[in-house]
Amino acid sequence: MKEARAIAEAAARASYGRLVAWLAARTRDVAEAEDALAGAFASALEAWPERGVPDEPEAWLFAVARRKLIDSARRAITRNSFASDLALIAEEAEAAMRGDRFPDERLKLLFVCAHPAIDSGVRTPLMLQTVLGLDAARIASAFLVSPASMGQRLVRAKKKIRDAGLRFETPEPEHLAERLDAVLAAVYAAFGTGWEDADGADPRRAGLADEAIFLGRVIVQLLPEEPEALGLLALMLYAHARRRARRQDGAYVPLDEQDTRLWDATAIAEAETALIGAGRYGKPGRYQLEAAIQSAHAAARLKGYDTSAAIVALYDALLATAPSAGAAVGRAAALSQAGRNEDALANLDALHGDPFADYQPYWAARAHVLAQLGRADEARDAYTRAAGLSEDEAVRRFLLDRKAQLTIV
Amino acid sequence: MQYALLLYDNEDAWDTASEAEQGEVIGAHMAYTQALRDAGAYVGGEPLDHSRAAKAVRMRAGRVSVEDGPFTDSKEQLGGFYIIEAKDLDAALDWAARCPSSSYGQIELRPVLTIPADA
Repeated sequence: MKEARAIAEAAARASYGRLVAWLAARTRDVAEAEDALAGAFASALEAWPERGVPDEPEAWLFAVARRKLIDSARRAITRNSFASDLALIAEEAEAAMRGDRFPDERLKLLFVCAHPAIDSGVRTPLMLQTVLGLDAARIASAFLVSPASMGQRLVRAKKKIRDAGLRFETPEPEHLAERLDAVLAAVYAAFGTGWEDADGADPRRAGLADEAIFLGRVIVQLLPEEPEALGLLALMLYAHARRRARRQDGAYVPLDEQDTRLWDATAIAEAETALIGAGRYGKPGRYQLEAAIQSAHAAARLKGYDTSAAIVALYDALLATAPSAGAAVGRAAALSQAGRNEDALANLDALHGDPFADYQPYWAARAHVLAQLGRADEARDAYTRAAGLSEDEAVRRFLLDRKAQLTIV
Repeated sequence: MQYALLLYDNEDAWDTASEAEQGEVIGAHMAYTQALRDAGAYVGGEPLDHSRAAKAVRMRAGRVSVEDGPFTDSKEQLGGFYIIEAKDLDAALDWAARCPSSSYGQIELRPVLTIPADA
């Protein structure tokens, strides 16, 4: 039953996204397209889990949307511009929907959402709302901003799309890599936000990782020749495969202590296939490298290989390709894992200042390395600081436990 | 920009918690305070005693009236506060999310009003 609901919801989201994209590509008005379909989408979310997904889901949604628009036009609730637009393009839409396949313009919508003219902070929320139909309140809580201000940011962004006349198109080949990068970054940001909530314990963020993987699959399906799109999908699947092993009775379990029987073997297999597929193009990039790091972690646990030196090398490549605070701290942790704790500490010492002062992973890694080196007093301080910067109660408890164990020894 | 984090917790849950559980909560707040200090965001903060220790004080018709107990009869009572320095609301919300009370209670986050010195 729960599964039937999930399938119906995914179908409703896919059809909704396709229709919003198709309408917006014709009118350049994302907000109007969403408004036109909002009621129909809500009806679908109610009806489909019970009655099943209709044979022609887009046609179903479109018919309900039209009916609702005609109703509200009759009651003069909406201004008529979009209703008449919709009437004009209805024939075209219905003809398209009778065809084998309703044209999927979601990729163009994704490119518009991650357009350079759109503020980078609102790109991910914009995708989640326009392509997946998530409501502003849920997006706001996932990104830890107030619902009112998230609503405003989304409205402003859509106004900009309309007023600046951003074109709904797949970028020319010479700009594709750069523009795709922005799309992938926005999808990964959605995944990261969902991932921080380890096992969906936090209803504010529940399911955002699933939504990001959904978007990742859409991109791979529409751009099957792009190795970085495959790399991102692989990366998300590797991480997602471990979701059930990350907590035991509510307690945080670090990767090297996880029960691998709880890992999702299907997701790992799909990730391997995607990563190998990406590798065939011989164009490594940030997401492929990060996925390869996850693959090496998985191989170490599942097959008992010592991949620690390979992981350090992959982090070197990642830092050369796409330097970030996360990658820098990850490299230090990899050095420690490879038994090179002195090097790891020297690495961490070199990272200081603004991004690291309240960057939780930095202090957690530092605490671990100092503990390995037997520098207990400093390790205790770093554990305290890492715990104090944690949003997650289980992680906080884990770090304070480690600190307490240091005191005993 | 200063913000107040007003921590509302369920006092019954606190009263029935074991000593170890209470110790864990206190330890988490100490770590949080340390992280605030290290990041230069700490302005102040204190835990408050149980709401049954509260007195309601009013001046009416020239007479002071003092009553026992909290102002509001609610399970969730103000149990402590922090004053933090943050560059904007987003940064303040990040700190509120890290505050241990957000895991088991509720936090009311409010900007501190700055009264101009010549007012």
